Amino acid sequence: MLDNISLLGLAPFLNVQLLLDGLLIGALFALSAYGLALVWGVMNVKNLAQGDFVIMGGYIAVVFAQNDIHPIIALPVAAVIMFAFGWLLYITIIKRVIERDLFTSLLATFGIAIVLAQGLNLAFGPDVQVAESGFPTLILFDGNVTLSQAKLIAFGLAAILATGLIIFMKKSRMGQAIRATAQDARAAKVMGIDTEKVYAFTFSLNAAICGAAGVLIAMVWVIQPFFGITHSIRSFVIVTAAGFGNLPGVIMAGLGLGAMEQFSGFILGAEFQQATVVGVLIAVLIWRQVQQNKHRQVVE
Amino acid sequence: MMNKFTLYGCTLAFGILGPILFPAYISQITILWLMVVFALTWDIMGGQMGYNSLGNILFFGVGMYVCAIVQVGMYYDVAQYTAHSGAVKVHFTTAQYFTGLAFGTIAAALVSSLLAVAFGWIVFSLRGPYFAIGTLGVAIAAGELMGTWDYVGGGGGMSLPGFPGESDGSAFFYIAMFTLAIATFLFLRWLYASRFSLAINAIRDDEEKAEGMGIQTKRYKTVAWSISAFFLGISGAIFGNMTGFIEPLEVAFPTVTFGIFMVLMALLGGKGTLWGPIVGAILFHVIKELTWTYLLGWQWIALGALIVINVVFFQQGIVGWMQDKWPEKFGIEVDTQLGVEDTKQTEAVK
Repeated sequence: MLDNISLLGLAPFLNVQLLLDGLLIGALFALSAYGLALVWGVMNVKNLAQGDFVIMGGYIAVVFAQNDIHPIIALPVAAVIMFAFGWLLYITIIKRVIERDLFTSLLATFGIAIVLAQGLNLAFGPDVQVAESGFPTLILFDGNVTLSQAKLIAFGLAAILATGLIIFMKKSRMGQAIRATAQDARAAKVMGIDTEKVYAFTFSLNAAICGAAGVLIAMVWVIQPFFGITHSIRSFVIVTAAGFGNLPGVIMAGLGLGAMEQFSGFILGAEFQQATVVGVLIAVLIWRQVQQNKHRQVVE
Repeated sequence: MMNKFTLYGCTLAFGILGPILFPAYISQITILWLMVVFALTWDIMGGQMGYNSLGNILFFGVGMYVCAIVQVGMYYDVAQYTAHSGAVKVHFTTAQYFTGLAFGTIAAALVSSLLAVAFGWIVFSLRGPYFAIGTLGVAIAAGELMGTWDYVGGGGGMSLPGFPGESDGSAFFYIAMFTLAIATFLFLRWLYASRFSLAINAIRDDEEKAEGMGIQTKRYKTVAWSISAFFLGISGAIFGNMTGFIEPLEVAFPTVTFGIFMVLMALLGGKGTLWGPIVGAILFHVIKELTWTYLLGWQWIALGALIVINVVFFQQGIVGWMQDKWPEKFGIEVDTQLGVEDTKQTEAVK
């Protein structure tokens, strides 16, 4: 472990490499975390199937790549398919858990996560897969840092998607309705907003965002049916660290988590990567709690 | 009262006669009692106290490893034992085996309880869903970290001393597990009739108010968790020896199997009741064995669907539903007039 740290000190380009990889991947984490923030903030549903939506999107890209269609084309397709899937899930299950206590949504979505992960396992097998995009790898700083173009393109697409979402939430009629419902569902209802429809749309939108993020992740990284839970935990880490209505916070936390994972994976070894995510989660939870306790004392 | 004695009689008769009548299924019935212990211990926190832990499996795994380390460590060097598994000839005499097992089990129970106190200090400041996710995280992390610890064999796991004599010890472990299930049940029956249960029920209903009424909530929560950890630690010690080989992800910290089963069983039977977890555990175990046998490959889908249906449509569970339906059988007195007004009021408030 100490050897690895001193190695980082000796080879500054290694830091650049890790940081770059982490930030580019982190942007994709931020995307699915934003979806979770949306669902959590608007409907108070804690979606543990978030990561499995991502993986589902990823497999759509893999299927495209296997049939010699460029996985980039899978992006809109996955978004549309996942949107429909989210809607279906909403009317069958999620609709019934919105008004219930906190644990219900958590456990129900956990059940969904198990079904999805296992369904994907039956359909595609337990192997690790990649959607080959065929983009070349760039070499920077005299060959000290490599950067796959796919990662850059994925980063760019994630940024475009996020910008599109912000504009959608700010300007469109539906976006305004969603924000109104998040502020006060009852008042929104009184004002004539069909909150039921808003909920259905929010959940489907979340699924679509996750699907899109999944396509990008399958292009630049690997997917496997059981990676979903780690992605879910990542989203939870980011959202709990950043808060709901705080998009800049979500982006910062996403990038930070991506970078942190890369560094800890290098310093401690790859087998600690998942433990790092979980460790960060616990640290964030405790930190939030300490802050809340401070707040409570002030109120008293 | 009559009803209750038949219930106890039937359970006891099944526990004693079951393995004698169906010797081929003895390990399945042992696991059934393990499931009963799981559901009962989960319910202390989840049902009675309203703290839905998704990470109780942590104590099962910790108990298993602590017992193994003590058992081996009393006579051999553990690091050497795990490093040369199979290469070094190890032999435990009958006396050595049982003293090791006894001390190992005691150590497992104590270390698990102490760990619950230590972790409780951290996670009990979390509430609601944060608590559930936090405990889930702790359990997953424990499994991952255990897999990197070479002293106990890392991801490869370690094998435990074989049961002495000719038999494979299934009868011995059956009796141990059955006794543990009964002990857990009797202890909880006593506990739920005491003031302790009033306090933890108050925490479930409204923690702020309970604190306001002078209940030391943090202390009660910690004690409740260490009670469940105590029994889970013992169950882990027994199960580890029964399997004979332990490994971090599948045997000791199976968060997505046993860890979720405990929640599901308690919910299925009816959380917050004494008999609910037992009914749930028995029903669940039967369903699980059937789906695992006849729906191979689809069993997880069936399991996930069961979770969703149970949580979304039938959350009060079987015993909870029976309590609603025939409250007088459970000794609950309902003033119907008042009851109706009460529900109206709460609905208006909502």
